[in-house]
Amino acid sequence: MTTNQIDPHHWVEAHADYMYAYARARVNDEEQARDLVQETFLAALEKMKTFEGRSSERTWLTAILRNKIIDVYRRRSSGLQQTELRPAEEEQADFFEHEYGHWNPEPAPKHFGLDEYDPLRGKEFEHILAQCLKKLPALWMSVFTMKHLDDESSEAICSELKLTSSNFWVIIHRAKLNLRACLQKNWI
Amino acid sequence: MEALKKIANNCKHATFLIEKKLIGRLSLRERIFLKIHLYGCGLCRLYQNQTQKINILIRQLLHGSGTQDAKLDDNFKKELQERIEDELNKN
Repeated sequence: MTTNQIDPHHWVEAHADYMYAYARARVNDEEQARDLVQETFLAALEKMKTFEGRSSERTWLTAILRNKIIDVYRRRSSGLQQTELRPAEEEQADFFEHEYGHWNPEPAPKHFGLDEYDPLRGKEFEHILAQCLKKLPALWMSVFTMKHLDDESSEAICSELKLTSSNFWVIIHRAKLNLRACLQKNWI
Repeated sequence: MEALKKIANNCKHATFLIEKKLIGRLSLRERIFLKIHLYGCGLCRLYQNQTQKINILIRQLLHGSGTQDAKLDDNFKKELQERIEDELNKN
């Protein structure tokens, strides 16, 4: 059986850019992404003895990085979680009338540019989406990133971010309501 | 008929189910609720189309957006490798 080798003398040259891009896509903050790459290498040095060569060096390093990114998600959302979820009913009242839960006239879906837009053909509206995403709370962004970038199962996301499954669905619902409303408002 | 009226007017729950369906599974009861609701509610049918499209856009944004080509600057890399060598020499 061939085992994978580990060689810290070549780590930066071989993996640093890859890991930086991986982190950048997930934390959306240059400086934090840089810190994460550095922390990962330093943590990896400590753990070198536990490397068994079953995975490639890069896979092994990326797994360490990934755990560090989840720590960032947890840190960003800790404390916020309670306050973010409490006014759910209050906020829903902006979207839906109280008695039956029917759309309020103002935020109700209307036809707008999105309906004719073919996302496979152009990217000109990416900046509007990026702006609208920025307005979402950190915890929601973490959930979105894990779901849409890594296609993780909802159960895994809940356990990694320490969410109950019902809170998870509330977050997904509220994030999309807000995001859609923001796009409808700002799409030109 | 009151029960039907409740389903027909509950866009709040319908949009919740639309989101759940996009990335999860609905129970039989939830599927029936959504089917009845969407049959009579053009607003939520529109919502469903739009939110599916938004998912595609989010995916594109997260996967593209230039971050995949993001590179560290050479100075940072040089210092980082030096730091690693320092740590290695400690042992």
